[in-house]
Amino acid sequence: MKKLLNDPENAVADSLAGFALAHADLVQVHHDPTYVTRVGGATTGKVGLVSGGGSGHEPLHCGFVGDGMLDAAVPGAVFTSPTPDGIVPALHAADGGAGVLAIVKNYTGDVLNFDLAVEIAEAEGARISTVVVNDDVAVENSTHTAGRRGVAGTLCVEKIAGAAAMQGRGLEDVTRIARRVVENVRSMGVAVTACTVPHVGKPSFDLPPDELEIGIGIHGEPGRRRVPVAPADEVAQMLLDPVADDLELSRGERVLLFVNGMGGTPSSELYVVYGRARRLLEQRGVTVARSLVGSYVTSLEMQGASVTALRLDDELEALWDAPVHTAALRW
Amino acid sequence: MTLDADWAERWIRRTADAVVDRRDELTELDREIGDGDHGENLVRGFRAVVAKLDARRAEAEEPGASPRLVGDVLKLTATTLMSTVGGASGPLYGTAFLRAAKVTGHPEIDTRTIVAMLESALDGITARGKAEPGEKTMVDAWTPAVDAAERAAGEGDEADALRAAAAAADAGSTATIPLVATKGRASYLGERSAGHEDPGARSTALLLAAAVEALGEENA
Repeated sequence: MKKLLNDPENAVADSLAGFALAHADLVQVHHDPTYVTRVGGATTGKVGLVSGGGSGHEPLHCGFVGDGMLDAAVPGAVFTSPTPDGIVPALHAADGGAGVLAIVKNYTGDVLNFDLAVEIAEAEGARISTVVVNDDVAVENSTHTAGRRGVAGTLCVEKIAGAAAMQGRGLEDVTRIARRVVENVRSMGVAVTACTVPHVGKPSFDLPPDELEIGIGIHGEPGRRRVPVAPADEVAQMLLDPVADDLELSRGERVLLFVNGMGGTPSSELYVVYGRARRLLEQRGVTVARSLVGSYVTSLEMQGASVTALRLDDELEALWDAPVHTAALRW
Repeated sequence: MTLDADWAERWIRRTADAVVDRRDELTELDREIGDGDHGENLVRGFRAVVAKLDARRAEAEEPGASPRLVGDVLKLTATTLMSTVGGASGPLYGTAFLRAAKVTGHPEIDTRTIVAMLESALDGITARGKAEPGEKTMVDAWTPAVDAAERAAGEGDEADALRAAAAAADAGSTATIPLVATKGRASYLGERSAGHEDPGARSTALLLAAAVEALGEENA
């Protein structure tokens, strides 16, 4: 294993220390337990937004703490969900008196730890609603599994719900909007290589040099199927078609198209995927009204990408366009 | 034989030893069908519990300390596991111990309470994890354990109930091997999850075996 780390056991702490220094104007990192808040804490009268999950997906979630997105984020160990002792103080820190929305990716560990933390924080007087993101269409049989996983679509939920909260909307309204994003966003990913968890030291799965893993989650876990290496246009179609089919996109609709890198793929390749995915949507008569291309929801240094489509309406489009100022996303 | 707070403490300490001894086995089971951190997570959690028990023991030995309750030990175990383990097993075992603590708030517990303790633990796990028997999870070890404890309690004492529970959990864990997982991380493997033992069911069997071993150490 060759990585820019000191002691691999301290990978998360060392990274957060640098993150805190680099973005001291935006975030404050708390230790023992670990969680990240906006500088200045909760905004009085604004619904607070909190998310969290295993580390290794940066800039998700800590990079999205700031104006117009999250009020707090809770990073766990690499690929391991955080525990309630970090989540509970984050929920309280985000509470400006108007309630808190917890945004949780649908992974069993994340869901259980957030459930427990919400129960504890509510017993301590907080008002909280939870939205579980499950945008991954690779999981076909969701009645016989733990359900579709929460992947890159989480960014869309955090951005749009964050904008709604900034407008001063109430907890019920912010929750409703977050749920509408979840209902209208789908993703599918591909791994070109595996990734290596620092404290494990070897790749999380074996992927032969001439094969791709289609339908991965964001922890290097296996996906839907393995296919021989193919040109990017073909791979883009393998990702876009199931997304568009599952959303049942019809002619005349408009979407946000988000091509996300898994950490080790250059943006030049992401734009190759984007170009093909966009043409495929246009062939379906769907308008790509908004776009995002970059590595935002990653699996350490994994090479690969995911394609996300979000069905837009006037309200969601306006909320997407609203100003955002975080370490990783700003306009 | 009395099942008191000392027994509960021996149980938890034996469990900590067991997960350290079997860490590699649990990790390997989890690597096959999960994400390979079950052994490491439980070792981290139970080591933290033992450290807290050590600290509390020093306090309890001070003159004038009130007698300890079984539920106190289990509650300390619950809250520590919840805050240190992470993943799915932290909240599941944490909730199990929290529910178990609620029915064991006595200096000593009898056979009926042992059964109630195991039932409450299982109820907590199913309430939190929403799994049912046959889905290849720790519920497949806990469910036969509770059934066996109930049957044994009809004729025997608390030791019989615990022994029956431990034996049934062990058999229940082995019986997860051919199952196809429909809950938890392993469920994403579908048919590929068959042929592997569920790591959470195996750690449950270790936990209940430790409860039996703790009986025999009364005078240790």
